[in-house]
Amino acid sequence: MYNMKRSPWVMHYDGSSCNGCDIEVLACLTPVYDAERFGIINTGDPMQADILLITGGINSQNAPVVKQIYEQMPRPKVVCAIGVCACTGGIFKDCYNIKGGADTVIPVDIYVPGCAARPQSIIDGIVKAIDLFQKRLEEHAAMVAEKKEA
Amino acid sequence: MKKRSVVPYGPQHPVLPEPIHLDLVIEDEKIMDVIPSIGFIHRGLEGLTSKRDFNQMAYVAERICGICSFGHGFGYCETVEKIMGVEIPDRAKYLRTIWFEMSRVHSHLLWLGLLADGFGFENLFYQCWRVREKILDMLELTTGGRVIFSVNKIGGVMKDISSTMAKSVLESIDSIEAELKELQKTFMGDYTVESRLKGCGVLTKEQAHALGCAGPFARASGINNDMRLLGYAAYGQLDFEPVISDVGDSYARCDVRIRELFQSFDLIRQCFNKMPSGDLSVDVKGNPKGEHFTRIEQPRGEAVYYVHGNGTPFLDRLRVRTPTFANLAGLCETLKGADYADVGLLVLTIDPCISCTER
Repeated sequence: MYNMKRSPWVMHYDGSSCNGCDIEVLACLTPVYDAERFGIINTGDPMQADILLITGGINSQNAPVVKQIYEQMPRPKVVCAIGVCACTGGIFKDCYNIKGGADTVIPVDIYVPGCAARPQSIIDGIVKAIDLFQKRLEEHAAMVAEKKEA
Repeated sequence: MKKRSVVPYGPQHPVLPEPIHLDLVIEDEKIMDVIPSIGFIHRGLEGLTSKRDFNQMAYVAERICGICSFGHGFGYCETVEKIMGVEIPDRAKYLRTIWFEMSRVHSHLLWLGLLADGFGFENLFYQCWRVREKILDMLELTTGGRVIFSVNKIGGVMKDISSTMAKSVLESIDSIEAELKELQKTFMGDYTVESRLKGCGVLTKEQAHALGCAGPFARASGINNDMRLLGYAAYGQLDFEPVISDVGDSYARCDVRIRELFQSFDLIRQCFNKMPSGDLSVDVKGNPKGEHFTRIEQPRGEAVYYVHGNGTPFLDRLRVRTPTFANLAGLCETLKGADYADVGLLVLTIDPCISCTER
């Protein structure tokens, strides 16, 4: 149950990115880069997802959507911000409608910079997220065991 | 009267790479009405003109959308050049045309893949994206970027395509063309694909005209609206016929885009044959003063750029009208009367680019 390192499910949501990072995230899953060899699978349902890949910054319209997706994901969960817009707001930081990076509304664990982020760095981010996810699962398992003893 | 209910669709949905929200009014399984709402990706990019000067805006314009990035940079530079009266060298015109057509190839292959994913043909989706990586490699070889290229500047282009690069681009195009012919057999010959696409979401010529649809979506309904015929960049010296079909269903849209891919290969070859040698850019002095409209043909249809300069480095106004925005009205029309199961597919057939639409 607690060894899920080889099969986490990822979900991808486009915050307010220019689409560049989104198509690179999708390109990562296709045969040439094949991020699925790490055991991940792309899902459209937040309730089944373990890792959230978010691209683009946050604006007032999508902030509640991003928050809701994050809250719907079961614990433990890992958030990976893809692209410089999701990290800090990037080139759109000065735009009147951008509040900042994804970390303005949800906690972000891994930052993948780049405009657009290259597939290699996205895969690196995913691999780091998988390790972190396993660590959190083990912590969660230890916590459950402690509770049982008490 | 049967009971009607409203089903929210999006903004986060498995079939959509980008967020758009539709309220679907359904009666049993049939769509009766559609109310779209957008604004999830609005960044207020046009407002950046007050903070970035007109040279820097070329890079901002490119980030309107990651799929049609080259086209947006091109459209913006072309407009500012017209205001400033700059005539760019012939070689730069040809280079821009080559890159434009290469990005059209990557955009259409991307769309074909997403469409295959939309009707549940996973294998075909992966095949399209595998072929697409070849053109991305060539774009990376010639420009240095996979998605955002940053080769356009006011007054010309920044990079050249050497003869060795040209050779590998042409070789790559030959191999992509061969693989696309195989893919075409599946898209156009497979009866499962046909049963999902034929007769699905018909838009007549009159409807398409009245709703102001653009691009391959309107061309599939028989409207000849290819802006490349205006002859901007090097298109005036090239020989091509716009691809038109008069059926107007999803199958025709798929057919039009596949035939446009072959047309793009042909245009790239023509460009390499005719490309003269010479400078890549001219020096630009002063600031833009005045206004200009430019219409160009993006992979998704006609895009309009309006720039108003006031003689300072900071522009008064940049306005972009994008093809997906024009096609949203057509989308709502095709959705009416469709089955609920076809909604994802029909949303994909307009080739939605929400990042362009909302900027």
